[in-house]
Amino acid sequence: MAGALEPQAQVNSGSGWLILRDLVLAAVVVILIWLGLGILRSETMLSGLGPFVGKLVQALVALAVGVVGIWALFIVVNSLVEYLPARATNAIRPFVFVLPAIAVVSLYLVFPAVGTIIQSFTEVPEGEGLLYNYAQAFSDPKLLLALRNNAIWLVLAPAGALLIGLTFAGLVDRIKREALAKIFIFLPLCISGAGAAVIWRFVYEWRPPGRPQIGILNAIVTLFGGDPIPWLQEIPTNTLALVVVMIWLQAGFAMVILSAAIKGVPTELVEAARIDGAGEFQTFVRVVLPSIRGSMITVFTTIAIAVLKVFDIVYVTTNGNFDTDVIANRMFNEMFRFRNFGFATALAVILFLAVVPIMVVNVRNLRQQGIGV
Amino acid sequence: MRNRTWLLVVVCLAVIVAACGDGGAGTTTAAPGTTAAPGTTAGSATTAAAGTTAATGEPTGYAELDQAMAGDFAGTTVEIVAQWVEGEAENFNASLDPFREATGIDVQYEGLTDYELTLQTRVDGNDAPDLAQIAQPGKMISYASEGQLVDISPWFNTDKLVEEQVGGFFELTQFDGGVYGVYYKTDVKSIVWYPVEPFEAAGYTIPTTWDEMTALSDQIIADGNGNPWCIGIESEAADGWVATDWIEDIVLRTAGVDFYNQWWKHEVPFNSPEVLAAAEEMASIWFAPDYVYGGNVAINATNIRDVANPMFDPAGPQCWFQKQAAWIPEFWPGNRDVSDRSQWANPPGEASSFFYLPGIDPAVGNPVLGAGDMFVMFTDGDRPEVRALLEYLATPQGAQAWIELGGFISPNTTVPVEWYTSYPNTELVPILNNADSFGFDASDLMPAEVGAGSFWTGMVDWVAANGEGTEEIFQSIEDGWPAG
Amino acid sequence: MTAETASAGAAPSLANVSQDATRVPGEPKSRSWLVRALVLVIAVAWTVPTAGLLISSLRPEVDVSGTGWWTIFAHPFELTQFTVANYERVLTAEGLFGAFINSLIVTIPATVIPITLAAFAAYGFAWTRFRGRSFLFAIVVGLLVVPLQMSLVPLLRLYGNYDLVGTFVGVWLAHTGFGLPLAIYLLYNYISQLPKDIFESAYIDGATPFTAFTRLVLPLSFPAIASFAIFQFLWVWNDLLVSLVFLGTNPDVAVLTARVSQLVGSRGAAWHLLTAGAFVSMVVPLIVFLALQRFFVRGLLAGSVKG
Repeated sequence: MAGALEPQAQVNSGSGWLILRDLVLAAVVVILIWLGLGILRSETMLSGLGPFVGKLVQALVALAVGVVGIWALFIVVNSLVEYLPARATNAIRPFVFVLPAIAVVSLYLVFPAVGTIIQSFTEVPEGEGLLYNYAQAFSDPKLLLALRNNAIWLVLAPAGALLIGLTFAGLVDRIKREALAKIFIFLPLCISGAGAAVIWRFVYEWRPPGRPQIGILNAIVTLFGGDPIPWLQEIPTNTLALVVVMIWLQAGFAMVILSAAIKGVPTELVEAARIDGAGEFQTFVRVVLPSIRGSMITVFTTIAIAVLKVFDIVYVTTNGNFDTDVIANRMFNEMFRFRNFGFATALAVILFLAVVPIMVVNVRNLRQQGIGV
Repeated sequence: MRNRTWLLVVVCLAVIVAACGDGGAGTTTAAPGTTAAPGTTAGSATTAAAGTTAATGEPTGYAELDQAMAGDFAGTTVEIVAQWVEGEAENFNASLDPFREATGIDVQYEGLTDYELTLQTRVDGNDAPDLAQIAQPGKMISYASEGQLVDISPWFNTDKLVEEQVGGFFELTQFDGGVYGVYYKTDVKSIVWYPVEPFEAAGYTIPTTWDEMTALSDQIIADGNGNPWCIGIESEAADGWVATDWIEDIVLRTAGVDFYNQWWKHEVPFNSPEVLAAAEEMASIWFAPDYVYGGNVAINATNIRDVANPMFDPAGPQCWFQKQAAWIPEFWPGNRDVSDRSQWANPPGEASSFFYLPGIDPAVGNPVLGAGDMFVMFTDGDRPEVRALLEYLATPQGAQAWIELGGFISPNTTVPVEWYTSYPNTELVPILNNADSFGFDASDLMPAEVGAGSFWTGMVDWVAANGEGTEEIFQSIEDGWPAG
Repeated sequence: MTAETASAGAAPSLANVSQDATRVPGEPKSRSWLVRALVLVIAVAWTVPTAGLLISSLRPEVDVSGTGWWTIFAHPFELTQFTVANYERVLTAEGLFGAFINSLIVTIPATVIPITLAAFAAYGFAWTRFRGRSFLFAIVVGLLVVPLQMSLVPLLRLYGNYDLVGTFVGVWLAHTGFGLPLAIYLLYNYISQLPKDIFESAYIDGATPFTAFTRLVLPLSFPAIASFAIFQFLWVWNDLLVSLVFLGTNPDVAVLTARVSQLVGSRGAAWHLLTAGAFVSMVVPLIVFLALQRFFVRGLLAGSVKG
């Protein structure tokens, strides 16, 4: 079971000279980082070097500060902690590992999230109750529609991406040019959101019947004698069409994580199944799948959360028209376009709550693996 | 919003008319009865002659600008942002250069992408620029009511502004007893583009009344020349705004500008009978069989950038009319790829030109629908050098370079008419001259929930239903009008 | 296909893993064509949309809106139907080189910092004991759901007070904050599954938790770290929103995505430049992907446990 181990008490032979050395080292690291940040922020310091060299020097300083600096900080702090009495060291050290992350996350996510929750209750018209924004939300038929659409997304997108990613990861595991094959699934991830929007605009392009179709889907439809279909206008085809975009984008994520997991399945296990006479497919289902169950849940969870937060796909294709709206898109519009902070924050909280069941399943899974969460 | 008494009436660029000397002056300094605020009647022809030549060191009529021209603020920096990037940014920078040179002030212009979001986040993050361009008066009001903007009325020579600017624009910058912006640029939306050569070859003539326009539409269909109208309202995150422009143009033409102004102020219901009648009129073009290329599905499926593609089809126009403001030619096929305008395959003015979207009710006359951009000053920007720049932008010189480069109409009536020598300005100015009234884009004036929300999406739903359920759709927009 | 090259007994070490070693032993030959066919079908389906756009970005605008991109295959060697004008304009755009370097300056630390913090934290959560461990972990993972957009405004306000707007440090930290929950979640799921015995033997050998982390956890978690690194790199590289908000479009700091979106114009006129820009900026993520692919090898864990 994880977390059950204790390292042997480290007895640092606490020589004053060593402590001094490490303290000086710590000071030097801090000063260097400080100087580096100064150089990065100063507009004039690098300007004497000319645009090209200046830029390169700036890049090197940035990398030194950002990449080396973060490691130097960890090493220095840890070495200082080890001079403490053994018990104190063991008590404090976990926090050396955990606290930096907690601190950053608190600042960037907890603090705004708490503000969001408070705002969702307090930012109401005068004379209205605390739940005003929520009441508004659940009595808005367009919002209920968005909730329904989110549910459709939630069912189809993670499952679709997982299935494709898993199939592909499993298949390419046994062919020669694995890395090459993976690139094709991975490619969509490399494209910026705006680029992806243009790509799918082209796929779903509709031209009036009788005119040359320039969207590949309608070209195929008309090739077989059908009338071109306005994919993004027809309900409910349009929501499915948007889900396909999400699956297209996320399958690469699923593939990379699951491929790494499949590689992690001990060879001995696979070997043993083979010796027992299991076929290719059977081995995969009976040995590999159970071993990567954790990773599959991870992938599913991650994509499910991404799906709940999805808004850019909808925003640039239909902007929620033709019954395709989703919560996050509505939230964006309320927040940045209509400046209805109360309503927007209430939507954020609703999204937050929608994820709770998914996280419960996750926690349960981690428990089953014997990890005390 | 409601407590403001201003009224949007523009009598037209009276001064330009006067300077034109084309005999129009007498006939078009029109409709004094419709102006709301005193001083907006365009009686400033004489000041135009006096001219305000900022760059020559003569007094400009603006205190800070005079000081700046005397070099008092040399070495200071002003940060100004707008949504103009690339070509438009070059034009704007060219307009700023005389100021930079004369004053020694370092004006840093930044063209922001994702403009509204970026500006909003910068303001929210206490990182507002000194001056910013704003297209929607509603946005100015929301910033002003949050206390983000400087009330310029204590020091800005607003009398001069009122005197020089086209009537109505100044009122749009007023809020809660203060003045929060200065109009810099205007757009004319009531124009219809058509392909010149095929049009003339087919023997068609430019319609001057609404009925002539529908008759011509019928004739095009009867001649087997495809569909008369090219319409598309898909526009990424802003689907539907083209349709709101149409409704507005028709309301102006059927119910008049006074009703129009009551309408966007919500002094009358959004779904007043006049508006439903306008929708009816619009439906008789948009949803009439064969009138629109590809029918209603195409209207919703076609991006505003692609609307005119069938108009320039190699096999001849598949549709003939596109109602859109003067910036649209840069999206036409053969123009989009090309940054050098002289290399455009479909140069506006040759391959295509425009006519004024005709009036409907003779009693209302010929109104013009337009929009504009103002500059506002954020609270951190209230320094003399920033004031000077804002004042400079109110002078004709502040826009001279851009006007001469083309595609820019100044709301300042003292701009010498000989600056407007390039297409399409040469064509737009007469339209403005002949206009009986001017309506500012209502969707920009309505609360964002409507003007950038339910009005847009309602139009999309209406088109999707091929014009069915008009009353329900307009009723639901009315129901969703925000309280307060 | 000869499949018997990698015998299960001899666990490959990191240094000499060859392509063949990644193959499962005893693979029946008869099935391989089916596997290849399936791989091909999925790969093609996934690539067609992108390929269509790639071809479109090489055609003149008039052709793009007139005929389908596949029509070029009618005469694929007629080179006059192609144009590199879009790429020319993107590549010669003013400030592109600076934007490219800025993108690197932003992306590399914004990938390394969160991974470092997350690996330490995941290790701390999985293999050390302290009060409130479960609670803190649940909170961190729960933060996965906080939508980024909600954080922008309060953070900007904070940044404004400390002059962090428009600085690289500010944007590194922002990307770190937004990326950490997922990084911790993914790495925890991997690190917590490492076999217990390797830590026991390490501690017996006198390792401290810190050295156990650097010498055991990091190398053993390489597949997980590499896969997350790929994604974090991609997200940051392709990000427009965070960099627009925290860095802005000032040429001194503006990144590639911001520069390209400026080229495209306020009304989105030049989408073809956008796509050309997208394909240009795709090159770097692909290199990263290929470089980190090397670490996805079988037997890493087995080898190290025994070694």
